Amino acid sequence: MSKTLLMKGNEALAEAAIIAGCRHYFAYPITPQNEIPAYLSRRMPEVGGTFLQAESELAAISMVLGAAAGGVRTMTSSSSPGMALKQEGISYIAGSELPCVLVNVMRGGPGLGAIAGAQGDYFQATRGGGNGDYRTIVLAPGSAQELADFTIDAFDLADEYRIPVLILADGYIGQMSEPVVLPEPTGKTFKKPWALTGAKGRSKNIIASMKLIPDTALEEHNLHLQEKYDLISENVRRIETYHTDDAEWLIVAYGTAARIARKAVDRLRAEGVKAGLFRPLSLWPFPDRELYELARNAGKVLTVEMSLGQLVEDVKLSVNGAVEVDLYGRAGGAVPALDDIIERIKSYERENHTHVQAS
Amino acid sequence: MTEELIIAGFGGQGVLLTGRLLCVAAMRLGKQVSHIPSYGAEMRGGTANCSVVISDEDIASPVIERPSIVIALNGPSVAKFEPRLRPGGLLIWNSSLVKQAPTRSDLVLVSLDAADRSLSEGTERAANMAAIGALLKLKPDIVPMEAVEAALDEVISARNRKHNPVNLRILHAGYEITKTINAA
Repeated sequence: MSKTLLMKGNEALAEAAIIAGCRHYFAYPITPQNEIPAYLSRRMPEVGGTFLQAESELAAISMVLGAAAGGVRTMTSSSSPGMALKQEGISYIAGSELPCVLVNVMRGGPGLGAIAGAQGDYFQATRGGGNGDYRTIVLAPGSAQELADFTIDAFDLADEYRIPVLILADGYIGQMSEPVVLPEPTGKTFKKPWALTGAKGRSKNIIASMKLIPDTALEEHNLHLQEKYDLISENVRRIETYHTDDAEWLIVAYGTAARIARKAVDRLRAEGVKAGLFRPLSLWPFPDRELYELARNAGKVLTVEMSLGQLVEDVKLSVNGAVEVDLYGRAGGAVPALDDIIERIKSYERENHTHVQAS
Repeated sequence: MTEELIIAGFGGQGVLLTGRLLCVAAMRLGKQVSHIPSYGAEMRGGTANCSVVISDEDIASPVIERPSIVIALNGPSVAKFEPRLRPGGLLIWNSSLVKQAPTRSDLVLVSLDAADRSLSEGTERAANMAAIGALLKLKPDIVPMEAVEAALDEVISARNRKHNPVNLRILHAGYEITKTINAA
């Protein structure tokens, strides 16, 4: 099991879903995540699972709702425009408190956009594209290895909290092949007494997102959801830091952008600029307190993202005006240039700016 | 050591496999590797390419703006990637197929009759092996020949493994040809 393999990120994720015990996968094809359904169309029958290519994204997410209601581990995957189509179902799943894993291997938008990797769905992922006061846990892998590892984690988190967990990767992470050591199953099991398994010998279970009676039912339901979200906000705070202890510049980035930012930290340090990287691994809950502490110590923050001002909003909310925040964003499939990150920070240093401001 | 390679050619010339072969060979030696194909909006008869990074350090982006090495197995690939090579970079081009020779004077240009070398072993499909052989000769610090030989069985699918003796001969032919070029 511990052999290092050269695996494409999408395939590493797909195999990890099998390892995690997912046996029900429903999806509709879209680039750049097609290796996930292609891989699972072969692997699911080998392990006695169900692979179903649905007639549409709406059908696929509804099948996930049904399978999750039946108490099994289930997953769907798509890319940006396809995820937009799934939002109604995701809201229903969140309202119904069903566990499942969703995967968005992002491409550029808006609309059909193009097929190169991007991070333009940050708002959609962290604010929810569907209606109502709901949240999904959002995990942000930065390598093929993390696509596999986070998938294992995602299934456990989904079952533990009865919540959809979204893996938000950009197309470059999904398309890239890298060394991967496939993870072991965690062995955690979760009882699902709420599942629809046939009511013979017990009172019936009802799973629905509609709460009409009594008048107060829906607010009570929402307050219950908020309690759960508060609990998750305390318990699921994932970050990676790199050279942040003595950093005077803090770069904040996730996914492919964070890989480049990490290299920029090395280069800047080699040139005497004390830079560090803060990489949120969970985008919701966003690790705001952790970022605030490090940003306050550093004094200057640069957000690097493959979108034009989405992650930076959470960064600004986290530092709450205490620290000024600059933004370097690329969009539409463009990748942040290493030299541009370095030059942006060095130009501030050179000109001894007193203010750092994005917008 | 960090090398950023783009390997390009027609679909069917084994461009993606060439990249994977180098990656697996380097990975087994403990190096960091990344491989990403151009995907999607490619047309039949156009170029397919992959970007490969092999490094002793963590790899930042798998996407390569200015490659240090280009292997161009057909004409459109020379046209597309010669301008993108960084100064001092290496361009190995398939002189059996490419009519318009590369011209930049700030590059190391290596012409290799890769397709003819493949044909002389009775197959038209192994020009990529000759190109890898040339690369290993010219850039010995990427991976040694033995590592690529060892990786062949891992990378080539079971169905095609029977061709590996031929692949190996063409790989070595590419290595020897390049020796001659350098001497000249």
